[in-house]
Parts: sequence; structure tokens; C-alpha cells
Amino acid sequence: MSQTVKMTTPIICARAIQKTYHTGAHSVRVLRGAGISATESEFVSIIGQSGSGKSTLLHVLGLLDAPDVGEVLYEGQRIDNLNEQARDQLRNRVFGFIFQFYHLLPELSLIENVMSPLMIRHSLLSYWKQRRTVRQQAHEILEQVGLGHRLKHRPSELSGGELQRGAIARALITRPRVLLADEPTGNLDAETGAEIMGLLNRLNEENDLTIVMVTHDETIARQAHRIVRLKDGQIEKARMASAM
Amino acid sequence: MYKLLLCVRYLRTRYIALASIISVMLGVATMIVVNSVLAGFTGEMRDRIHGFLADIVLEARHSDGIEDSADILRTIEETVGSDIAAMTPTVEVPALMRFEYHGQAYPIPVALVGILPSSKAKVGPLKQYLASYQPRTVNGLSHPPLRSDDEPVGWELTADAVARRRTMIEMQKNWLETQGLTPSADNVPEPVFEEDTTEFSTDEDTPESSLDDALIAAPDLFNDDPEENTDPLAPLAARVFVGGGIISYPYRHPETGELERAMYVNPGDDVTLSVFRTGVTGKPEIDSFDATVCDVFQSGMSEYDSKLVLMNLQQLQKYLGMLHTSPDGTILGDAVTSIQIKLNDYNNADEVVRKLKAVFPPELVSIKTWESKQGLLLSAVEMETAILNVLLFLIITVAGFGILAIFFMIVVEKTRDIGVLKSLGASSRGVMSIFLSYGLGLGIVGSAAGVTIGLLFVRYINEIEAALSLITGRRVFDRDIYYFDSIPTLVSPFMVMWVAAGAIAIAVLASVLPARRAARLHPVRALRFD
Repeated sequence: MSQTVKMTTPIICARAIQKTYHTGAHSVRVLRGAGISATESEFVSIIGQSGSGKSTLLHVLGLLDAPDVGEVLYEGQRIDNLNEQARDQLRNRVFGFIFQFYHLLPELSLIENVMSPLMIRHSLLSYWKQRRTVRQQAHEILEQVGLGHRLKHRPSELSGGELQRGAIARALITRPRVLLADEPTGNLDAETGAEIMGLLNRLNEENDLTIVMVTHDETIARQAHRIVRLKDGQIEKARMASAM
Repeated sequence: MYKLLLCVRYLRTRYIALASIISVMLGVATMIVVNSVLAGFTGEMRDRIHGFLADIVLEARHSDGIEDSADILRTIEETVGSDIAAMTPTVEVPALMRFEYHGQAYPIPVALVGILPSSKAKVGPLKQYLASYQPRTVNGLSHPPLRSDDEPVGWELTADAVARRRTMIEMQKNWLETQGLTPSADNVPEPVFEEDTTEFSTDEDTPESSLDDALIAAPDLFNDDPEENTDPLAPLAARVFVGGGIISYPYRHPETGELERAMYVNPGDDVTLSVFRTGVTGKPEIDSFDATVCDVFQSGMSEYDSKLVLMNLQQLQKYLGMLHTSPDGTILGDAVTSIQIKLNDYNNADEVVRKLKAVFPPELVSIKTWESKQGLLLSAVEMETAILNVLLFLIITVAGFGILAIFFMIVVEKTRDIGVLKSLGASSRGVMSIFLSYGLGLGIVGSAAGVTIGLLFVRYINEIEAALSLITGRRVFDRDIYYFDSIPTLVSPFMVMWVAAGAIAIAVLASVLPARRAARLHPVRALRFD
């Protein structure tokens, strides 16, 4: 398990995670006691070959997947064994996800996609009461990521970079404590990828957002404060990355 | 909130869902149309059966009838007088009617019913079943009814019938003269005319003279004016309304191809009726007499129209020996075979039947409501409706399976989105309710469209039928077969509600399985899904 630079309680922490996937007769041990932690406003990147289990680790961290063995702590509290409802709540309020393939809902316009986490959070009535503030918030966040002019567009009408910025905006609207990014630049060209990385760095610095990013790209990974290397489901070694 | 938004979006963007909406819509529309038309037909049929049967019928168990009508009516009045709106005595006997058409004799078995038109009309509709009160269409032109609506039902001939009678009799007389015969000859060979005028109208004093019993002394009901009796054109004492189905036959018009009815016998003509009566010896005797057709009876119930001959009651009672008179001609009493009763409130019918059964000896009379009398027919119709409903509901169920299949497809297609929603914090229940409300939405939209189309179809069914007939060149709904001017429909709001609710329920049920599948999707696997 890696040690943090600042000796404070990590905001999010996964310990000794083991995870095996069963597909028919075969079973694949994806994680074999891997762990990771991030302190408040830290930018950690997890790097590894494909199949090293890095995405699974991220999913376990973000409660999208449950570990077979091990535990996930949020501000020192164990969260992986909470009931489904509480885990749904945490995903909605604490974590923000961005994915390699953006995963914006094709039926919704960009601004609706950005508003969707708040729609999920609120009941029909309470959403209706604050629909103006929500829309206002979504608008501001889209301005912030440079998509203020694309509000009514459908995902199919946007470019890859725009889609990823939209996905970031969607992750940010809930004001999450931890942003979990799964290969955010994996599907973008170098220039656009750099743009996205710039945006993530800015968010990390200006908003003190904790970011855990998975990537297989060394140069992308180096932009984080700290790199965790994952190989065959275990942490290889941890080392400090030079700050920007 | 996202559930509603997504479900509305899916509804608007998945055109495949339109297929399920259409199938739900068609099922609902068909059910509404078929039920409305069936209800219309049933209602019309019930009206007609009921119309002729009256609310309650008290029937003698043997054909000689029960003595004596005035006494029975009084007993009924005393027992359940407050419930009764009207009563009429009738005599119903089997008979053989014979008429000639183009020289050919047509004997036809009929049910001969003696009625008092004035009180029968109070018990149930009578006027509306008589052809002379209805507007006529002759050669495509509409004519006003032969009788005005305020003329009470009676046994008088219309002006048309009198004119026809005169023409016929004169033609016959001329024909007989050209043959060198006198009309008074008894064994005159019948010409092409139907009238058996030789026996009664031309040279006999009273029409009943062929009956060799005490009835001769009875006061004649119609021809008590001796002057009239000598008038060869006067109608006979026995007058009948003949069911339209007995004296007409359908045929296709060679040019228009439309079904029309040709008459064997018209009002004003005479027919011969034969009735059985128990003679003094105890053996059944057959008595025949002639009667003048006054009108054509058309209730629209083919069962009645092809069987019933209505006759003036007292005349029939005379022929049947049911009328007892003193030598000076006053009526002492009469027997009847049934009493028809109309109630103030039909809901009391069972109670009234119960009370009457307590008064009248069960071995002599049976007392029934019209529904139990026609119970078999009515329950057959109900059964038919029920079976049709089951079959039609199966159509909607098929639509339900369509929804099931389409939803599974949509769930597969939306797998990744479901993963995304879960990663954004949507609960399994929330994801499930997206698809459930999607099903509900499909059901509601489909039902609403189906109800609208169904109701419009029912509203304009006759116009649609006319258009279809025009296009196909055949009459879809043959008015001559059913006697209806238009296709009868009856929309029951309850039925519409049930059909719509049933369709919505099926749509929701069909979406349960796909929705559960969606809810159980593992978010990570869903996200990895390509």
C-alpha cells in the first residue's frame, strides 16, 4: 500500500482489494491485493497495461463494483459494505465519473446530460422547484469547460473533445469530492487530450478537486502529482511525480 | 425526474416503439368498435324481443286457454295492481296460412296471435312494427307513411289497400265473366289473384257463415251494418297483420344487384287460415276461414317476422270456440291463452312474478318475465359477446408480447446508458421505473389513440360502411337482412374504460421483465458493453 505525501487522512482509500471475475468456466483474478489512496485535492494517476486491473480498481473505488476482499474507505469510513441505496447516494454526491467513451446519453441535449445527476438526485417535485437554479448551474459549468455555445446540441453533434468536456461538466455539477477518470484522453488526439488534461489540472488546482485518473499513457500519467503503477493486479511501486 | 425525461425521450426517439403503440391502438380500437356494435345489436334485439313479449307473460299451459279473461285480469289487478302499467289478453295458437301467388298455393305454418290492438299497443310497441306507419321507399323514392302517426292501431284498411282490393276484385270479376262463369259459383277455379273472394265477399251475408256453430248468432264485429255486408269490396270480418317474412321473399335486383323483397300478398288481399280446435268429440278438428290482410308486421326480429300473424282477438276466439255468448248475442265470457303485462318498473318483475305465481294454479298457467322466456337466446348472445371479448383481448395480449420483445431490444441497446445512469447514482429501482413508465407511456398513448380511433369509427360507422360499399361495390351491411336503417351501436363508457385500462395494464406487465433485466444490469458490465 502506498503512503501519502501529506500525512493527513486520505479522503478516499482502497485497501488490499481482491477481485475475481468469473466468465463461465474461467475465472480471472483481476486484482490481487491492490490498494490506492488519495488525499484531499491530490491528483493521482494509476498507470498500467491493459488487463492490469486499473479500471477495476477505479470502479471499486467509485463503488461501481464491489471487491471480493478488501475495503474502501471514504474519509476514514468504510463504504464498500453499505447498502445499495447509500452507495447510490455516494456515487451521486461524492464521486464524479468520466469515461474514455464519454458516455453522454444520446437522447438528451448537452445541458440535459449535464443536469442529469441532479435530476437523479432530486425527486420530481423538488427538481421542479429548483429547475431554474439547476439549469443556471449547468450553464455556468458548461461555460467553464468552454461549451457555453453548445447547450442544446445532441451528443451526436459534438466532437470528441467537446463530448469529454461535456462529460466533465456532468461530473462536476454534483460538486463531487473525488473525480474518477477512466482513460479520459484515451479516445482523443494528442492536442485535444492535452486540452482535457489542462482542464483537469485546472480543476484540481482551482477547485481543490481530488482526482484519481486511470491511463496507460506515461506522458498523461506524469501530469498527476503521483503515479501508482499497477501490474497483474498488484501495485508495482509508487513514486512521486514532479509537480507540474 | 430523469426517469420521466428519459422515458419521454425514448418514447419520442424510438420509432420501433411506434409499432407497439400501433398494435395496442389497433387492439383497443377493434375492441371498442366490436363491443359497441355488438352492444348495439344486442340492445336492439332485446328491445325487439321485449317489445313483442311485454314485461311479464302469463300463459295457459294448454291450447284451449284459460277462462275467463275478465276474471283473470281482475285477479291480476287485485294482486299486483299497483305495479301494473297495462295488460292485454291474447290468444296464441298454431295455424296454417295459405295464399296463392301466380296460381300456386303457398301453405305456411304460422303462429296466430289474437290481439286487442288498443291495449296491446299500451303493453309494448306495436305501431312502430306496422309497415303502414313507416315511411316507404318505392323505386328509390321516399314516400310518407300510409297512416299518420296519431291514428290509433286498428283493423281498418288503408286507402291504398282498399284501392288494391277493388282492383283485384274487379279484375277477377271480369276474368270470370270472360270465362262465362258467374262469380257466385262455388267451385270457381282460382285465377292468379290471391283473393278467395268467391266464398265470402261476393255473395255471402256474413263471413262466418261457413262456421256451423253458435257463433253465427254472435254480433258481428265489423259488418253489423247489413248494407256493408252486401258490399263485395268490404274487407272480411277476420283481419290480420301478417309478418313480413311470411308473405315476402328476398331477391337480388337484376340491375342494381341490391337485395330487395317482393311481396306475395299485399294489404287488402285475403288469405286463408286453418286452426285446430278440440271438437265436441274430443278429436282435433280443423277449421278454415279467410281473413283480409290489413297490414304487414315488421319487428326486425326474423323469428317473429317469419312466424307471427296478428289477428283481431274476438274473431279468433269465435273461430276457436273460446267466446261464449248468450243467445241474444251478449258476450258471457271468453278464454285466452295468455295475458301480457307491462309493469311500471321492470325492476319489480321478479317480485310481481312471485306474487302472481302464488295466486294462479301452477298446473294451469306459467308466469314468466320476458327475459326468462327468451333466456336461451339472450344468454347465447351474452356468451357470444364474452367469447369475442376474450378473443379480442388476446389481440391486445399479442401486442403485449410485441412490447416485451421490443423492450428487451431497447434494454440491450441502452445497456451502456443504464450503466452510465447507475454510475451517476441512479438506483436499480429508478432504472426499472424508467422502463415501467415507458411501458405505461406506450400503453397510455396506444390506448388513447385506440379509444379515439375506436370512438370515431363507431361514431361514423355508417359513413365508413357507405364508403366501403362504394369502393368494394358490395353492400357491407345489408339493411334488408337486418331490417336496420343503420348499424346500431351503443358505446358504454364503462366498457371503454375497461378496455383502455386493460391495454395499459398489459403494456405495463409486458415491460416488467425487460425493466427487471435493466435494473439488474451490473454497472461495470453495462459500461463495458460495446
